[in-house]
Amino acid sequence: MTPSTLAGLAGAALVGLGLYGLVLHPHPLRKLLAFNLIGSGVFLVFGIVARRGAAAGLSFDPVPQAMVITGIVVAFAASALAVALILRLYSESGRVTLDPDAWTRPGPEDAK
Amino acid sequence: MTAGIATTTPGGFLLVLAVLLPVAGIILSFATGGRHAGQITLGLTPFGSAVACAIAFRVGQSGKPVFYAIGGLPPPLGIALRADGISAVMLVATAAILTAAAFYAREKFAARDVRESRSALTFWILLQAIWAALTIIFVGSDLFNLYVALELLTFAAVPLVCIDGRPETLAAALRYLLFALFGSISYLLGVALFYGAYGTLDIPLLAQRVQPTPVVWTAAALITGGLLAKTALFPLHLWLPPAHANAPAAASAVLSGLVVKGSFFLTLRLWFYVLPALPTGQVAAALGGLGSAAVIVGGVLALRQARLKLLIAYSTVSQIGYLFLIFPLAAGAHAWSTIGWSAGLMQVLAHAFAKAAMFLSAGVLAEAVGHDQIAKLVGAARVLPLTFLTIALGGLSLMGLPPSGGFSAKWLMLQASVASGQWIWSLPILTGGLLAAGYMYRILTPALSDGEISMESAPRRYQETIAFVLVMIALALGFAPQAFFDFIEIGRPLAGEGPS
Amino acid sequence: MSLLPFLDIGLAFLVVTVACSTIITRDLFAAVVGYVAYGLLLAFVWIRLHAPDVALTEAAVGGGVTGVLLITAGKRLAAIKKAAPEAHPTTTLKLLTGALAALLACALAAAILMLPDVPPSLAPEAAAAASGPGAGLGNPITAVLISYRSFDTMLEKVVLILAVVGVWSVGADKAWGNPPAPLGRPGPYPAMVFLAQVLVPIGALIGIHVFWVGADAPGGAFQGGALLAAMWMVAMMARLGEPPRIDARWLRLALIAGPAVFLIIGLAGISIAGSFFAYPPGFAKPIILFIETFMVLSIAVALPMLVAGPPSEGNRP
Repeated sequence: MTPSTLAGLAGAALVGLGLYGLVLHPHPLRKLLAFNLIGSGVFLVFGIVARRGAAAGLSFDPVPQAMVITGIVVAFAASALAVALILRLYSESGRVTLDPDAWTRPGPEDAK
Repeated sequence: MTAGIATTTPGGFLLVLAVLLPVAGIILSFATGGRHAGQITLGLTPFGSAVACAIAFRVGQSGKPVFYAIGGLPPPLGIALRADGISAVMLVATAAILTAAAFYAREKFAARDVRESRSALTFWILLQAIWAALTIIFVGSDLFNLYVALELLTFAAVPLVCIDGRPETLAAALRYLLFALFGSISYLLGVALFYGAYGTLDIPLLAQRVQPTPVVWTAAALITGGLLAKTALFPLHLWLPPAHANAPAAASAVLSGLVVKGSFFLTLRLWFYVLPALPTGQVAAALGGLGSAAVIVGGVLALRQARLKLLIAYSTVSQIGYLFLIFPLAAGAHAWSTIGWSAGLMQVLAHAFAKAAMFLSAGVLAEAVGHDQIAKLVGAARVLPLTFLTIALGGLSLMGLPPSGGFSAKWLMLQASVASGQWIWSLPILTGGLLAAGYMYRILTPALSDGEISMESAPRRYQETIAFVLVMIALALGFAPQAFFDFIEIGRPLAGEGPS
Repeated sequence: MSLLPFLDIGLAFLVVTVACSTIITRDLFAAVVGYVAYGLLLAFVWIRLHAPDVALTEAAVGGGVTGVLLITAGKRLAAIKKAAPEAHPTTTLKLLTGALAALLACALAAAILMLPDVPPSLAPEAAAAASGPGAGLGNPITAVLISYRSFDTMLEKVVLILAVVGVWSVGADKAWGNPPAPLGRPGPYPAMVFLAQVLVPIGALIGIHVFWVGADAPGGAFQGGALLAAMWMVAMMARLGEPPRIDARWLRLALIAGPAVFLIIGLAGISIAGSFFAYPPGFAKPIILFIETFMVLSIAVALPMLVAGPPSEGNRP
């Protein structure tokens, strides 16, 4: 069982764990945490692909590793945006819920 | 192996230019501040439109896709851009609708005084970001590049939903973001598996190498699942109605007209450009089934809405279902596949223009009357004739009545379903048309009835005109000549071959 | 060394266990701390996968900065109002979701195990290109990021700008132009101030070093920029510096410096080297370092601004 295979299976387990957390936790910050877990699992899959691609004097394939670096930064940016929305939602409404029906009122002032 | 792949075809630089123009606009707008962001955006729209038309011209003239290897380094190590028939058509449509939305909203998001304002800076940057992201989606040829473009599109669309800051828009935006992020990560996982199996993410190269193995099916399922979440296909459509209905009118027009088409376009790229060599019959039927369900569920839910913008948003859910009928109807290399392909693309374009026009009109209406409760719109057609004419003509296209692009699309779909022996798809097409007639009737009956409606402010003529122009384009699509249908076949691989 | 397989198995087991505890625990703070620990363990896994660049990025951005983001978020959430008791999911839902997640994990594991025995790789092409477009760069990942797939990286910088715009747009209208809320507690907190005064200069030097050697050794603009960003955040948390006004000219220019320089050089490529985003032969390394300098600046400024959040309305502690 090479480190690559182990890491790949760990990545699969992390994706499953993260999905479990994403669906089940009602609190959006916990959902975000679980989403980050899924993301790191996916990056691990890229990582084992990179490690398996050792060739031509390099002990890894640099292309997937570069993609992971890009992906980590993009995932962080997404988390920051989600956090900003969650905090603003909480301060505007006093509760953290994603249920849009919680907001339905037959109000007349709608978007122009 | 990849003999004959040149690094660039004549006019290839236009592809990069098409992406870099809005990016330059974003950078300039951010640096100079919100006071100039609107002017920069409006100033760039003619150039962006010109580049889009130039690309379409090149593709049509040469009859082959326009290709550009960035940095002179061709795939698999480098990234390439590739514009074929459907890319060019979507680029032109994007330019048209974004220009229309920009001019429609220029007053609302204009810089009011010396100090920069939040909505002014935000709106124009987000609009340009949508333009840049959609351009890459339509001309990109590398799956990871397309992932970054999808993320850019999400980051641009989500803040547009909550740009006016009301709590319900924040909740809708957050829900949209979570669905979209789930979609992106699922897409990325599929990309990882594709790379692990074939060592490249370039679409033509992948198409040459792909085999029907379990890894490929898993990767395709993950990518498709992610894209379906972003396109809001039933049953993953829950985020769309609150998000599109509560955004400002120009934003809703862009979101319903263009943004959801971006992820749909990538689904087409996956199944018709990367995997045409695989036996995709069952998947096509499954996608068609989900599409049919969307048509009916969306239509029924639209009938029950009390608010005009929510009704239009559920109508989007329904019309997106039609798009997925392209999978069973254009599969393979049969005589009827071309008809199915033309039908799908025509539906994309007709819906984009008609829906954008309807959302813009709903915006004019809401601004003039102060609300968008359908039941209270008694007699509104008399005071806002041009707006209601636009809505009615848009409904014509949604229902699929001649003369309109929507009629063309549904007629071609019926033709394809009959010619291919897949009679079953005619059911959702016809039912959807009836449901659309139902909800259009619901909108127009109170508006055309006798009664007085009080106006809060006078409607803006230029806004009504912009919406009217868009809906006339949707109608004009119904008269598209055969050359148009030949154009969108350019660069499309037939089953068993890779892309040319 | 026969100990390594046990190390690998132990590491994988530990990573999955810590991730489990992050999901299962009821307290938000415990979950976030668990996530930071998980990020650091993951960095070790990356090193075992021969990916030191990724390990640096994961430790700095994935574990570190994301951890700060989530802890700050948790604190601000707790400060606004007492959390209402959450609806806990039913056992049936838990079982169903657990089954679904397990199914997906198994399918994914199977797909990974079925990847081809002779793995395809772009390493030969990357090694070959090191004599052309990647000339002079000893770190192939930097070559991929800034030379071969530079379009992706430039787009990613634009994505960062969009994220900043998105985060700022969530603020109130009347707060526009103000600085975001401070990152640290009010009042002098001597231990924190001491830590900042000692750590920030050292960390900044390390960050610059990591960026500079990234052309030839593990490191690069993202890693160096993330370290510099972390140092600025430490300074802000110790109240040695405050978040700037979001309409400050220098802030705006610093944020767009990276993508702007990338864009200009990319556009210039067509006249200098025959293609957009191409570099003239022989000048690849200096141009790449030049671009990376501005990228470091943008990243170092963007990450703390993303953590600091939208402009705030008043003086909040």
